[in-house]
Amino acid sequence: MSRKYRPAEPPAEVVGSELDLQSCKADDFVRRVRNNDQRGLSRVLSMVENGHPLASTILHSLFAPERLCLTIGITGPPGAGKSTLTNRLIASYRRHGNKVGVIAVDPSSPFSGGALLGDRVRMQEHASDPGVFIRSMANRGHLGGLSGTTRDALEILAAASYNPVLVETMGVGQAEVEIASLADITLLVLVPGLGDDVQTMKAGIMEIGNIIVLNKADRPGIEQLELSVNASLDLIPDPADRPPVIRCSAQTGEGIEELTDAIGNYSASGTGRKAIALGRTMLILNSIIREKGRELARTLIMDRYGSIEEAIESILEGETTPYRIGEMLSGYLNNKRENENECKRD
Amino acid sequence: MDRKIRILIGKPGLDGHDRGAKYIARALRDAGMEVIYTGIRQTPDAIANAAIQEDVDFVGLSLLSGAHNHLFPEVARLLADKGGSDIILFGGGVIPEEDIPGLKEAGFKAIFTPGTPATEVVDFIEQEIQTR
Repeated sequence: MSRKYRPAEPPAEVVGSELDLQSCKADDFVRRVRNNDQRGLSRVLSMVENGHPLASTILHSLFAPERLCLTIGITGPPGAGKSTLTNRLIASYRRHGNKVGVIAVDPSSPFSGGALLGDRVRMQEHASDPGVFIRSMANRGHLGGLSGTTRDALEILAAASYNPVLVETMGVGQAEVEIASLADITLLVLVPGLGDDVQTMKAGIMEIGNIIVLNKADRPGIEQLELSVNASLDLIPDPADRPPVIRCSAQTGEGIEELTDAIGNYSASGTGRKAIALGRTMLILNSIIREKGRELARTLIMDRYGSIEEAIESILEGETTPYRIGEMLSGYLNNKRENENECKRD
Repeated sequence: MDRKIRILIGKPGLDGHDRGAKYIARALRDAGMEVIYTGIRQTPDAIANAAIQEDVDFVGLSLLSGAHNHLFPEVARLLADKGGSDIILFGGGVIPEEDIPGLKEAGFKAIFTPGTPATEVVDFIEQEIQTR
């Protein structure tokens, strides 16, 4: 039996050297992300964060809304133990053999624009584990508890086949609820000692938890907290909508198993793959409409006045008002619609 | 493009004195940089991994225990292994004058000893980022 000559496979591309990162094209980056090449993956995350010219081409290629990737949001006030809890969840999913991605958001300074990103301190034990990818992001002035590109970073980690991806928000107050639309499951982390039962009745953050985690359960005040949270949840009309409440201590690990079981139950019972794909697509399209809409409006104002500063000057000189400029923009849209209708009639 | 300078501040080895590392981290934050602080008692491998995942421009190591001649070059070696030889390294802490040339040879662009004003570190970074 003769063996047929087969040409050797072309040598695999050398990955990881900084030189070819400089000259990389969009599809090189796409391939690096899909291959989970750490240097390429982290560089793509930066490109997206910085609005690099190739970023949207890369995101376009990686976009796959029906991809299976469970996204778990972890939110709550500063110091509630979100990072420590994230650390426990990483360990738990690693034991099940999952590759875990983490995006941890911390605030940028409103004054210097700098940031101190300290969430990794609580996740040290996973720093050498090749099955865990942790990325810290500064919110860079974005409101809502996340950064403006967290949603894109999530797509990228999903494309590198991390599953689940844990998204830890900044410490939030009462109304930073953006995570609820981004994550498949949102864990709201509460701790004893932060206020009376009126706090748990307020609208906003209290409404977004799919699972409510009462952390630091070894601390005094936990009974009171559980009572007031449950009293607040008693008012939800449909018992099916009532989120489970789980006591735990991220510090000692107590209650973590109950929590991961609750996450498992929720994602098994919850919305199907189609619904998640729909939600994810809506979220991305809506934020693109918001961003591009702003850009479009700015461009129209600049076309008319030269620059935003000059528009402000003519307002201050009494020639126009911000509302008149608003009307101008609406007028532009109406004209455009009329023109399109005429074209259709022709 | 809105590019921020990203810096990892890490403490390798068993030394738990992090006052200096935190002071520098805070000063760099106030200079408008994004600082990833990894905490104390890190292995060189953990620091190098974190630097790659965070796509930092700089890694700054702080050590007061005397193990710098072993741990600093080890971080440099692991970083290069993981494809991060372009990341600029600097160090600080209780480091004798005679050890500095060796550390520079191992790839450390600058070593800042006790008493260095924070502005000197900021200036160093702002100057070095031009080369990237």
